[in-house]
Amino acid sequence: MARQRPGAFGPGADHGRWEGSLSGEGSRLEVAQSRRGCLKRAGGMGAAALALPAAGCAAVGRINSHTLDFSTDFGVLNYAYSLEVMESDFYNRVVASPPRGIRPEELALLRDIQQHEMAHRRFFARALGPLKIDVPERDFSSVDFTSRDQVLTISRTFEDTGTAAYNGAGKLLSLAEFLSIAGKIVSVEARHAAALRDLTMNDPRAFAGDDIIDENGMERALDPPEVIDRVQPFFRERFRLSGLPGRMA
Amino acid sequence: MSTHDSLDPETTETLLSRRDAIRGGLGLGSRAAAGLALGSAPLALAALASEAFGQARDLPGDVVEVLNFGLMLEELGVDFYTRALAAPGLLTGNPRAVFEQILKHEAGHRRFLRATLGDRAIAAPRFDFTGGMGRGNGPLAGVFSDRETFLAVAQSLEDLGVRALKGQAPNLLRHDAVLQPALRIHSVEARHASQVRALRGQRRWIVEESGGPGIPALLQGAYEDEDNTFHFILAPLRHTEEVTRAFDEPLTKGQVIRILRPFMATVPELGGRVR
Repeated sequence: MARQRPGAFGPGADHGRWEGSLSGEGSRLEVAQSRRGCLKRAGGMGAAALALPAAGCAAVGRINSHTLDFSTDFGVLNYAYSLEVMESDFYNRVVASPPRGIRPEELALLRDIQQHEMAHRRFFARALGPLKIDVPERDFSSVDFTSRDQVLTISRTFEDTGTAAYNGAGKLLSLAEFLSIAGKIVSVEARHAAALRDLTMNDPRAFAGDDIIDENGMERALDPPEVIDRVQPFFRERFRLSGLPGRMA
Repeated sequence: MSTHDSLDPETTETLLSRRDAIRGGLGLGSRAAAGLALGSAPLALAALASEAFGQARDLPGDVVEVLNFGLMLEELGVDFYTRALAAPGLLTGNPRAVFEQILKHEAGHRRFLRATLGDRAIAAPRFDFTGGMGRGNGPLAGVFSDRETFLAVAQSLEDLGVRALKGQAPNLLRHDAVLQPALRIHSVEARHASQVRALRGQRRWIVEESGGPGIPALLQGAYEDEDNTFHFILAPLRHTEEVTRAFDEPLTKGQVIRILRPFMATVPELGGRVR
């Protein structure tokens, strides 16, 4: 059983080329490509072991698309995974080739954030196993990675949006364990966001400014369609969203 | 290490089913509409939350417990920062602006929770920030006179608050009308923690299970088990320093109250239905 075999699907389950830098344990397994492979692996793999009896392997065939199906928790996890992939790819590039004129303490901050996003990405990749979607290729062609200001501003936007996305996704989850995990991650995203706002906005209150916190002292919560609209420019192909409650779709 | 529930067949079934029954049909009731008409977002939102259950008196007992626990934490925050901002010379310049902003948020959270709970809200407890359980002679005598002590206590309380609210989220799983506001409060507390840590020259995220130098012994519990890297039975992560920074860990209500006990002159009756 999967429970006795932690690490049965290793970091290689996510084929991002940066995966190796933070990995180091577990064997690598290819994502299930065929129904047969899918069924065979389901006995020993990740979240698939939970989903397959009901979803059937035919569903897994469709998972390798750019579709986020919010009718089950796995769609929500894939949504979070997609955001983490986008963020981590962005920070990987920043850290590998830092913008001109960035200060050492600013770069140290971005390096910490890059490590966190990679940890989140790896975590979701493993938790989803073969239920992980094929995230559209990232497209950062609009970003000037040599500009400190632009890099920091985009970082800030990513973290504010990511936090609001997790805040809006909680209600879509059905399983307490997944809600708990999302909670462990969103507060770290919020810590990032506060740091970047403090760094880039000339206001001691900006870390939790009135532009994003309402009079109840509550931060924004964004539903998936709003979030995807905002991040879609950073992907080559379009996401497809399905299974959202009527008032959100 | 904390313990982890395993996945049983029933949760699997829940997982694969839709939650339309809860998600749908949250119409704008009369109290919410009245709140909006009066231009009061807090009242409208609170009414929206309680109208999902009818009236405040119809809030399920476990939800009342969660909200009152949150209210206790917000009362603590309001009292703590009100006293700090009133202390002569303790907070000036940018740090003062930071704590004014934080107090504003805690007061907003408190107002929302009181409006939602109605007459089922607990009375505001009395606090003793020296850590003397109400005697006022605890080990933190300088909490409102020594800036470093104040900041260390503020950091611990904010990091603890994040963990405390996080621990309650699963208790609100079936109650979307209060879950989303709770999550929206939780991320604001994390922003506060981040900023207070920066004022102390600490990294903004929790490294291993340490709050950094200067954290009072009384508040070390706020960081206990923060180094956990086991989040999901199917995806354990190798323990590295950077992975401990990437995840914040929940605490149960009981754990939080044990940590806060020295700071409480009175302990409210919070019930025992939820952890």
